[in-house]
Amino acid sequence: MKKKRIGVFICHCGTNIAGTVDVKKVAEALSKHDGVVHSEDYVYMCSDPGQKRIVEAIKENDLDKVVVSCCSPNLHESTFRNAVKEADKNAFQCEIANIREQCSWVHPNMEEGTDKAIKITKTVVEKVKHNEELEPISVPVTRRALVIGGGISGIQAALDIANSGHEVILVEKSPSIGGHMIQLSETFPTLDCSQCILTPKMVEVSKHEKIKLLTYSEVQEVSGYVGNFKAKILKKPTYVDPDLCTLCDECTKVCPVVVESEFELGLTGRRAIYIPFPQAIPATYILDDTGCPGLLPIACGKCADVCDPGAIDFDQKPEIVEEEIGVIVVATGYDLYDKTNMGEYGYGKIPDVMDGLQFERLCSASGPTNGKIIRPSDLKEPKELVFIQCAGSRDPELHCAYCSKICCMYTSKHAMLYKHHVHDGQAYVFYIDIRSGGKGYEEFVQRTVENDGVLYLRGKVSKVFQDGDKVKVWGVDTLAGKDIEIDADLVVLAMAMRPSEGTEKLAKILKMSLDKDGFFSEAHPKLKPVESVSAGMFIAGAAQAPKDIPEAVAQASGAAAKAIGILSQERLYHSPMVAKVNKHLCTGCRMCVDVCAYDAISIKDGIAEVNEVLCEGCGTCSATCLRAAISVKNSTPYQVHEMINASLGG
Amino acid sequence: MTEEFEPKIVAFLCKWCSSAGSDLAGVSRMEYPSNVIPIQVLCSGSVSPLYILSAFNKGADGVLVSGCHPGDCHYIKGNYYSRRRIALLKELLNFIGLEPERFKMSWVSAAEGTKYTEVIKEFVDELKPLGAQTKLRRNG
Repeated sequence: MKKKRIGVFICHCGTNIAGTVDVKKVAEALSKHDGVVHSEDYVYMCSDPGQKRIVEAIKENDLDKVVVSCCSPNLHESTFRNAVKEADKNAFQCEIANIREQCSWVHPNMEEGTDKAIKITKTVVEKVKHNEELEPISVPVTRRALVIGGGISGIQAALDIANSGHEVILVEKSPSIGGHMIQLSETFPTLDCSQCILTPKMVEVSKHEKIKLLTYSEVQEVSGYVGNFKAKILKKPTYVDPDLCTLCDECTKVCPVVVESEFELGLTGRRAIYIPFPQAIPATYILDDTGCPGLLPIACGKCADVCDPGAIDFDQKPEIVEEEIGVIVVATGYDLYDKTNMGEYGYGKIPDVMDGLQFERLCSASGPTNGKIIRPSDLKEPKELVFIQCAGSRDPELHCAYCSKICCMYTSKHAMLYKHHVHDGQAYVFYIDIRSGGKGYEEFVQRTVENDGVLYLRGKVSKVFQDGDKVKVWGVDTLAGKDIEIDADLVVLAMAMRPSEGTEKLAKILKMSLDKDGFFSEAHPKLKPVESVSAGMFIAGAAQAPKDIPEAVAQASGAAAKAIGILSQERLYHSPMVAKVNKHLCTGCRMCVDVCAYDAISIKDGIAEVNEVLCEGCGTCSATCLRAAISVKNSTPYQVHEMINASLGG
Repeated sequence: MTEEFEPKIVAFLCKWCSSAGSDLAGVSRMEYPSNVIPIQVLCSGSVSPLYILSAFNKGADGVLVSGCHPGDCHYIKGNYYSRRRIALLKELLNFIGLEPERFKMSWVSAAEGTKYTEVIKEFVDELKPLGAQTKLRRNG
């Protein structure tokens, strides 16, 4: 076999590397390393002339492998691999030695930095020496998208993808799309009516020929890989045929069962057969089988008796819908922090303590009080209203450590709306500090304070308790240095935002990772905010972190653009650094099959076989195999042993 | 013996979390001792016990394996396998008489540049009093 001819290129990165690493010395040391036939240094390898030097050096010296010692491979690996391709060599014959982030920037001593840079470069030379020539694996693309979650983010993502001409399956677990946004009264900072701006989009979804809407449905199983996923979706029975239902409302008049309304957040009740809200999409009544006795038709069945079009069908069964898709957008949104956690604020015990979403319903013209602000206990108009911000947020000891981001703004909006409804009332806001970054946001808060006379008190509330017909609020004003006691009529808590219920389960189904707070993790906090670490799966809206409507919409459009980027390809390319089985060593013991997180390995004719499309190349199989019969291409145990040797100066 | 002993450390850093965390330490210009030579692996789950033994055999005074936090593995569960395997290996190393301090596992996320530097500083400090590792060194 021909001896390898390796070229090494040391970048100065201006003084970023050359300031603390003697690049000439590194180039010289490497020129003597086994297999290296060319070694040079240059001020900016990533510059156009720098890349040309690589191309020319490959041609002049007949190099077949290249190591560039420069910044992190996350930055310029593809730059240099493309340069190598330009010189008609295989891209995988180029490797990057990180001598900047992991060396020059952290070791100010020139001697130490130089010594380490030499070792790092030699380590990578040993790796590239044994690299195979690889070509990306190509797979066809199923040009359809699955969007999970029908709130504003999911709606926006679905519409954007559908408008690009690709089919979308939009799955929503509740009976109607609209999410939390449809529950809101007005939106900050414009005071647009939330329903008025959302319902046109909901209607567009329902009428869009490219969107298949599955409400009251949940994703149960997802298999496959980017470009070719298969999803099993459970469609729960609604017992009402939406095509026959005329929304005449005769059924609710006879239904004997009353339960708390989810849409009105318990502020009022609904029947077992109901429509979540008048503008619900799909526009149909549904029957909630948890409360309905009619599933045993002898017991009830009154609704079916009065239903003229015969839309009610007690025999409907859960149905599994199977869909093939190429990409997935997760837009599962948020829920408010569980009220049972906030004992100190009396939430759940005192009737006149409510959360921000309940207050939205109270303000809403379509709400249970038709927009009249009255308190639950005695239906009187509250004259003293206390808002408590950061209820459950920014409290690492007891609750959530993070800031829920939107509460400063919506509390300001609530206080303003309250004053618009109750002119002679007084609103107080307890806050830690006001975070009003956003277009027109700070001005909005100022308006609440200056025009509406809302009293902002910087400090936390220590206790909230019932005192006669008042809700006593004990707090502190840290600016005035005074204890504060307010006899409030109503207390509204700006509860923390949590990932929506079922997020953890869905993450397991999708094999997506969650962050420490349980939100979906983005692939990179700055540069990949809508991608997840799983290829072909994107995140939109509050499923990723608390965010307001404009941000959720922007991220949804971003996620849609990324999804369209995949759907518009004929074929996709997958990293070829995947596991490979040595058939002579494999005994078919199945240990690799058991540890593979991607179900990429199966046993065929008594030995392991890797599905290269499913394999992500993590190498867990390789570390598990007792006979070293399976290893990841270009990251083989032999290569690692050689790298270890070089790293120790061997 | 005027010069202080400088331990040689091999660090297996997973690409997605710990190597990225170490990049962040660089971007943030956090100084730490230069004793560590990083070897990037795709996942801590790919680090075979043989790699660790091989590093000691080739003269490492300390070996570090660093991956994503449990539950945060880029490859879903690779770090869990790594954790189990390494717990067993630690017992083995102990059994054959290698100081347990010579081998370390840490969880460093892509956002934890500070933690990475702390891990390295701490490890170097722990290794210095132990002197050179000869137990498993070839011809040692």
